[in-house]
Amino acid sequence: MLLRHTPKEIAERSALTVNPAKTCQPIGAMYAALGIHGCLPHSHGSQGCCAYHRSTLSRHYKEPVMAATSSFTEGSSVFGGQANLVQAIDNIFSVYNPEVIAIHTTCLSETIGDDIPQIAKKALADGKIPEGKHVIHVNTPSYVGSHVTGFAGMTKSMVDYFAVSTGTKCNQVNIIPGYVEPSDMEEIRRIVEMLGVQAVLFPDTSRVLNSPQTGRHEMFPKGGVTVEALKSTGDSMATIALGRLASGPAARALDTKCKVPCEILDLPIGLRKTDVFIDTLRRIAGVSVPESLNVERGQLLDIVTDMHHCFYGKTVGLVGDPDQLISLTEFLVSIDMRPIHVLTGTPGKEFENRIREITRDVPRSVNVRAGGDMFLFHQWVKNDPVDLMMGNTYLKYIARDEDIPFIRFGFPILDRVGHSYFPTVGYRGGMRLLEKILDTLLERQDRDAPEERFELVM
Amino acid sequence: MRKVAIYGKGGIGKSTTTQNTVAGLAEMGRKVMVVGCDPKADSTRLLLGGLSQSTVLDTLRSEGEDVELEDIRKRGFRGAICVESGGPEPGVGCAGRGIITSINLLEQLGAYSDDEELDYVFYDVLGDVVCGGFAMPIREGKAQEIYIVVSGEMMAMYAANNICKGIVKFAEAGGVRLGGLICNSRKVDNEREMIEAFAEKLGTQMVHFVPRDNMVQRAEINRKTVIDFDPAHPQADEYRTLARKIEENTMHVVPKPMHTDELEKLLIEHGLAG
Repeated sequence: MLLRHTPKEIAERSALTVNPAKTCQPIGAMYAALGIHGCLPHSHGSQGCCAYHRSTLSRHYKEPVMAATSSFTEGSSVFGGQANLVQAIDNIFSVYNPEVIAIHTTCLSETIGDDIPQIAKKALADGKIPEGKHVIHVNTPSYVGSHVTGFAGMTKSMVDYFAVSTGTKCNQVNIIPGYVEPSDMEEIRRIVEMLGVQAVLFPDTSRVLNSPQTGRHEMFPKGGVTVEALKSTGDSMATIALGRLASGPAARALDTKCKVPCEILDLPIGLRKTDVFIDTLRRIAGVSVPESLNVERGQLLDIVTDMHHCFYGKTVGLVGDPDQLISLTEFLVSIDMRPIHVLTGTPGKEFENRIREITRDVPRSVNVRAGGDMFLFHQWVKNDPVDLMMGNTYLKYIARDEDIPFIRFGFPILDRVGHSYFPTVGYRGGMRLLEKILDTLLERQDRDAPEERFELVM
Repeated sequence: MRKVAIYGKGGIGKSTTTQNTVAGLAEMGRKVMVVGCDPKADSTRLLLGGLSQSTVLDTLRSEGEDVELEDIRKRGFRGAICVESGGPEPGVGCAGRGIITSINLLEQLGAYSDDEELDYVFYDVLGDVVCGGFAMPIREGKAQEIYIVVSGEMMAMYAANNICKGIVKFAEAGGVRLGGLICNSRKVDNEREMIEAFAEKLGTQMVHFVPRDNMVQRAEINRKTVIDFDPAHPQADEYRTLARKIEENTMHVVPKPMHTDELEKLLIEHGLAG
């Protein structure tokens, strides 16, 4: 009982977070930056921040994550980080030669007020940024928001720094996939290609953080959206942003800066949300949905109907990021499961309103919290146990103590593989989610069944 | 060893008053260290006869961690030990963090240790306590005694009242106390009476009324304290008196800051309106 000190009684807390359900802004910013081809993320702060962010990403993706740091000393904290950053830019371009350096700040450099654009201009004036290379930045104080905020900020920076409108529209659609796995980005691209739509997907971490083992280390893997493609986003017909929190700001920035109209949708997790995504894309691009996609949709629907008796009435506890949870909760409700505890560590009242709306017809009282923590979630579970829990690896402690079936979903997953290669978005992703849910529920049913109720066919 | 911090509105004459007072104490044979906590590093100029000193933070930046006490300490008038914390140029970095760093470093290097046999440490702090760093000198275990330099001008009194609010917070948690107000006269009408009344309202005293005299500026242009520049001048005696009063002062209180309207009423009563 590793969490035996968690009491069942819930006391009002005003200041304390126990076992957070979120992480630092720079982790999201770093992840987004890796979705630009030939980009080296740079952490402007002390080196421990950078080491932590890299290692969390490395543990989740099981890939080396390259990033540089300004390596603040006591002196830099007092005199400002300009000297370190200018030197870093010089070193990075001469040693690693990336196309782009994507700078994000840390709590320290934010608090002392380092002005990154001013420092970048100084580096440019000093000739430290070679012709045709780029330095972009985002401010990521971790005492605001969460990793999702950092992701959204860096994605918006791609628009702020690169998107240009030449006045001539090109026949393509921008797709901002949101803070999802490389496998999900790959799946979104596959769907877009099936529809025959020309698209720029950004950021795109597929083939960056799910690269094949070739026996050779590539500092800058093949994947990622190119700077050229990012520039062209200003001429696209429209933008589809998936995930309001992670992708909304970039989509709106494109609309403001280059007059590219945007549709901000929920992540395409589950049947309906995928329908909305595909239908929006079909409408914007003026294409028709191919039979092959209808087949996938039908297959997903088939699993839902075939196994409905297994889903019906099962209670679920969910922890994760807002964009994911909104779509996942909708999916689970749509197959008659009952998400009764839904918690995110990312602050924002809108989340609670959306989940309340989605779970309005669930015939149970539903706990919802934005800006909550694992401790509170555990207390909810103690008071009102569930049949299944879904969330990141940190949930395994609660799953073990309470002996509740558990599916790893979200960020970070530190103790299993699969998320890098197999998506949870789209119809196929939906099928994978249902497979996982069924495996987990039925495995438990088999384990606990008395001899006379041990079934061959389920 | 008595640790004393001097606060007050920017430009009120904290550094000038501190150094002239320290000169008085040094003349009395006291061993004093002055720690300038202002990024401009101009708190010890009069004692040293110029701004030649390398600051703690500059030394830390150039030498790395291997700073030695003698790299950052300079002897000034009558052996007064002078240290400048220093800090970033305006608009960059974090001056507050600079003060924390340099005071920590001084402690690490043993600048306050018993074998230094110091009688006094004076902290001369930047005008506005804008963040935690500037309150470092009055944290627990640092200065126990604060003097606020003030004049009869409204904004100076307003700032003094605000500083008292800060002192209350630290006094509740630790041992820091207000020793009194030092009136550095601006020749405002009724100035002495008004500051005496102000001090009484705050629950403290006016330690000394330093009259305005051009001799102070003359000495300053010559990079000297008045006691150093013209020991026989009456203004030199004013600073000697202030030094003696601080030496003899036993009234250490937790101040009672005033509400703004109360403060404004005091100003009106004492003639600013008339």
